[in-house]
Amino acid sequence: MAEARHAISLTVNGVVHEVRVPARRLLSDCLRHDLGLTGTHVGCEHGVCGCCTVLLDGEPARSCLTFAVTADGHEITTVEGLAGPDGTPSPVQRAFGECHALQCGFCTPGFLCTVTALLRDTPAPTDDEVLEGISGNLCRCTGYQNIVKAVHRAAELTAEEGAP
Amino acid sequence: MKPPPFDYHAPRDLGEALAVLAEVGAHGKVLAGGQSLIPLMNMRLAAPEHLVDINRVAALDTVDAGRDGVRVGALARHAAVERSEAAVRVQPLLRTALRLVAHPVIRNRGTVVGSLVHADPSAELPAVLTLLGGTVRLARHGGAQRDVAAGRFFTGPLESALQPGELAVSAFFPALPPRTGTAFHEVARRHGDYAVAGAAALVTLDDDLRIAGARAVFVSAGPVPVLLDLTEVCERRPAASVDWPAVERAVRERLDPDADIHATAEYRRHLSGVLAARALRTAAAVAAGDPGRSGEERDG
Repeated sequence: MAEARHAISLTVNGVVHEVRVPARRLLSDCLRHDLGLTGTHVGCEHGVCGCCTVLLDGEPARSCLTFAVTADGHEITTVEGLAGPDGTPSPVQRAFGECHALQCGFCTPGFLCTVTALLRDTPAPTDDEVLEGISGNLCRCTGYQNIVKAVHRAAELTAEEGAP
Repeated sequence: MKPPPFDYHAPRDLGEALAVLAEVGAHGKVLAGGQSLIPLMNMRLAAPEHLVDINRVAALDTVDAGRDGVRVGALARHAAVERSEAAVRVQPLLRTALRLVAHPVIRNRGTVVGSLVHADPSAELPAVLTLLGGTVRLARHGGAQRDVAAGRFFTGPLESALQPGELAVSAFFPALPPRTGTAFHEVARRHGDYAVAGAAALVTLDDDLRIAGARAVFVSAGPVPVLLDLTEVCERRPAASVDWPAVERAVRERLDPDADIHATAEYRRHLSGVLAARALRTAAAVAAGDPGRSGEERDG
């Protein structure tokens, strides 16, 4: 018997998508396979690595630990939605580039989403707040030093440009 | 890996949720935050036939802080309870413990009641409920609700008194008596991991600031949270003159933790003793009104 499909509606980066998915479709797979938004990366698929972090109604969440059907009717922001409408990278994205806060880039989408929400809630974080904020995201290349620098730099850039 | 197929139910209110749970019985599992259940399903360690998603039951998304304690509804996220100033005023150990639960992003989705029902003996919240003598409220279709005390709720590793067809609708964390402080100290291999060992303590002082009551609960020390009454070994002295090595010894003698790849049983016993003494001293300082001690500390 074919697996039952559920009609759901997701607002991703401001665009409404109507899709039919099996109940077991992870939000991460729905974004990547059903919607073609492959910026969200899938690392461990059990909530440890943080690569699949997206913003669910504005709050960072593991898309691999969320069923797409649960997200029905909710708003999602992925890494593809962080830049401005004209494609200008966001302060967080620019700071990661400036500070060499990425090497292979696999973990970067998760970091960008996590840090975007962190700086929205805590615009001028201390070192401890940065470490706590990114503690759920693993990076196997950088050693984190430049990521921490980039978070502080992003806070500066955001302050200079005024809150969006 | 991907989760196995299941039938999905998305009730809109509590009555509908209970009706569905009654129908699916032992084949059903409740999905709230999913931060423990979905990893288990992704790894194919759990394969419920029916999943009852309560995320649309808005009436369960509550944090009510009253004079007697804090009642947390089944859909209240860790982060919501952690941020609730009203909850912290009534029961400060909640925030202290929640900051030790996984990472902020996990706490955005995970729920307090879900952590209790998951009943992991390494987890902080079952220990907190046990230490405070809280209760879990269970509801079923067509039946009366029942409150189960923490001491009877946790029945084994990942096992609770919840029966098929029942839904844990809320948990109650009692407020602290006067002149009482709490603390939670744990050691984990990595930030946010389950603790190798950990102790939460509750200390009540008398009018002369002598220890009148001292309890500690231990995580990763047995099949369920292990509660020890250490009042006697504190000998009703002020914290500064308690024989703390004797307290550590008493803890070591009364715990029987398991060994695993992270730690030997002997190391866990040792850590538990050290952490209990630290947590009790911190709790005593908090009870005495020392503003420099917040009661929350991550060791190692």
